[in-house]
Order: sequence, then structure tokens, then C-alpha cells
Amino acid sequence: MTTENALIKVENLTKSFGSLEVLKGINAEIDKGDVMVVIGASGSGKSTFLRCLNLLEEPTSGKIIFEGTDITDEHVDINLHRQKMGMVFQQFNLFPHMTVLRNLTLGPTKLLGQSKAEADKKAMELLERVGLADKANAYPNQLSGGQKQRVAIVRALAMNPDVMLFDEPTSALDPEMVGEVLEVMKQLAGEGMTMVVVTHEMGFAREVGTNIVFVDEGVIVEQGAPGEFFGNPKNPRLKDFLSKVL
Amino acid sequence: MEEFFSGIAQSFENTFITDDRWLQLLNGLWVTIQITLVAALIGLVLGFLIAMVRSTYDMQLMGKKCRKPQDYLLKILNVICNFYITVIRGTPVVIQLMIMYFIVFASSRNGIIAAFISFGLNSGAYVAEIVRSGIMSIDRGQFEASRSLGFNYSKTMIYIIIPQAFKNVLPALGNEFIVLVKETSVAGYVALQDLTYVGNLIRSRTYEAFFPLITVALIYLIIVLILSFLLKKLERRLRNSDH
Repeated sequence: MTTENALIKVENLTKSFGSLEVLKGINAEIDKGDVMVVIGASGSGKSTFLRCLNLLEEPTSGKIIFEGTDITDEHVDINLHRQKMGMVFQQFNLFPHMTVLRNLTLGPTKLLGQSKAEADKKAMELLERVGLADKANAYPNQLSGGQKQRVAIVRALAMNPDVMLFDEPTSALDPEMVGEVLEVMKQLAGEGMTMVVVTHEMGFAREVGTNIVFVDEGVIVEQGAPGEFFGNPKNPRLKDFLSKVL
Repeated sequence: MEEFFSGIAQSFENTFITDDRWLQLLNGLWVTIQITLVAALIGLVLGFLIAMVRSTYDMQLMGKKCRKPQDYLLKILNVICNFYITVIRGTPVVIQLMIMYFIVFASSRNGIIAAFISFGLNSGAYVAEIVRSGIMSIDRGQFEASRSLGFNYSKTMIYIIIPQAFKNVLPALGNEFIVLVKETSVAGYVALQDLTYVGNLIRSRTYEAFFPLITVALIYLIIVLILSFLLKKLERRLRNSDH
């Protein structure tokens, strides 16, 4: 365990919505270059866990230490840390009133102080990478779901993040578009990007994941490398879950 | 037959020509336009600020405990805004106008300033709720996407939420201004010679009801038509930028 070098360290994370306790004490470590894949039934708390990592959900208690800083501390400027944590949503959440290019350059120009030319150049490179350079001046509602999600991924990448968080990135897509999005994510993992992915895509988890985490009723029930995790699951609820989804 | 036409000609002359009454109507129109424009401006600015307070409160504090000093400030501001909206929407604008003129401006009796302020305050309450509804109608995902990039609350509002909200509420805002134009017709209560007042004055001087009242009605109609036309153009331009 390289505790000192963990990019993100989660300690005793709990989250309640009113009287409903969704996360009941989660401990996890994500090292640089890890691809942590979080799986679990719906309502298990896996999305809430992911959304706590960049404080989109405010944890009820516990610590989230990102690059050595406890970002749950209220004296910390969370906005600065969020710039280093890219996030991709199930519903894409592109900004519909801006062109694809502007979606990518808004953050870099307004937050990172890049010039327009600089940001445009970087954005075009990123769009090129995901095969959407020809859509730079299109508006989001002119794109297919798969295209939208690829734009959403590069929008997050344009900020040069240290980690990428994916919240069920393929769940809202038509089946034939899932592949193109997973392909981009695979590439990204191949380049060494640290990723935390909440997904139902077991194939992706097995192939790309370095650490698979099974969340059930707000706790991490089992975790491990994909070979052991899928080949020899120990927890009965995980066995039950895998028998349904595989 | 000839008598009928000469009767009409006489009525027309009494209404518009004698004593330069067309000029009085024009002056009345100018008063109406002045009140409407200034009140719309006040209403827009005020309504916008109130909508910011109310929606920020709804998004950040509703159902939560205050923790920081600015939380308490926001809470107090929200209470004040709610009170203002309740009172303004719960009382007739003509009463508000008379309170402004006969009580608040009792010493100066400055009618036009009283009208600017009371119609502005009145419109502000409605604009506030329109803008707030627009802000709350934007999908929460937009807010989250912006925050996840590292934008703070106010930059998220400026770059992401308000541009989308504004487009959504434009028809409702347009409607509010159309209502405002016509509401100013009670300005005569505070001794202002607006369009309606002048029309009625001419009626009482000439004992002719038809020409003055129909003329005034037509002028309001034309103002509203022009306003609707401009709004439709603006709406179309904003929609075009979308795709």
C-alpha cells in the first residue's frame, strides 16, 4: 500500500440524505494511474460515493484527501481542486447555448487564464482525438448521444485534470453508441489517466479496471484486481450481483 | 346623409384640432412612454436582483441550517424579498401609486417620480418571480457540470444558468412589459396627464366620447403591437443562436 502517494484517499466517508444513510463509512485509496471501477446495484450508493469525491455531494462526515489536501475542510477553496478533477455525467450536461468548441474552451479561458487562441488550439486537438473536429462549431443538440458524451469527456480533459470521474457515462446511450464512448475511455486509461468509473459495463471493468470495487448498502463489500474479483468472488451478495449481470 | 358626415367632421375637429388637442394627446403619450420605460428599467434591475437572492437561497440554504455569517445575511435578504413580493402582489397598483404620491411624496407631490418608483417597484415583484422561475427551470445537471469544471457559484450563474434562463423567460418578461404599459393608465390618479387622462379630459370637454376613447385605445394597441413585434424578433434571434 502506497498510502503516502495516494492521489485520493477516502477516510470513513458517510453521507445521509435526511434520515436516509446512503454511505456508511467508506475507505478507499486511488493511486496515480489507477482505474478504479465502482459497481453495485442501483441505490447502493456508488454514484453518491463518486459525487462526494469532488464534493458535488457534501459528505456528512469523513475525509477526502486529494493530493495531500483534505478537501472536505471548509477553509479549502473547493473550486481550485475541482479544476483538477474532471467529471463526466450520465446525462452529458453539455452547455446547450454554446458551440462544442466553446464548451471546451470556457473553463480553460475563464479559469486557467489561457488565451482564446491557446484554448482553441488545445480544444481542436482534443476534438481531433475523439474524431469530432468537424463538430467544433455545432451546438450540442445537433449531436448524437455518443458524440455528446465524447465531447463531455474532452471538455473535462481540456482542464488538464489529474483524475477523471465518470458517473455511469454510458447508461443514457443507445446500445450502438456505448462502444465509441468506452473506446475513448480505454484510450485514456491506456495513456495513464487516473480514473474512477461508476458503470454497469462489466466488460470494461474487467478489461480496463485496475481495481474493482463492489458497493452494497453504502459500504465497500469487496474489492480487488479484476482477475480475482470476477474469477473468485467471495462475498455472497457480490456473487449474487455478478450472476445477474454477467 | 350629409348631416351625418358633417357631424363626424365636427366631432373629429372637436377632438383633435380645437385647442391643439392632438398635441395634448401626443404629450399624454410621451408621459405614458416615459413612465413605462423608466418603470420597466427599475423593474428589470430590481426583479433580477431579487430573483438572484431568492434562487440562491432556494439552491443553497433551503431546508439547511445557517453556518456562516453570509448564510444569515442571505436568509434575512430572502425574508425581506418574500415580504416585498407578497405585499406588492397582494395590493392593487393604483393603491401603491397613491400611497407613494400622497404619503411617501406628501411634501413634494412629485407625480412623475412617484409613478416611476411605484410602477418600477410593482413590476420588480413580478419580474423577480418570472426570472426566478427561469433559473429554477434549468436542469440541475447544468449547474453541476459547471461546478465540476471549477466555476464558483456566481460564475456558474453568469456563464451557464442566466443565459439559458433568460431565453426561457423572454416570453413571460415580454408579457409583463405589455401589462406594464397598460397599467400606467391609472397615472391620472396622481395628477399625471398620461394618455388615458388626456383622452378622458378631451371627452369631458367636448362631450364626445367616441373619438377620444377609441383613439386612446388604438394608441395603446399600437404600442403593444410594436412591443410584441420587437420581442418576437429578439426571441427568434436568441433561438437561432442555438442551432
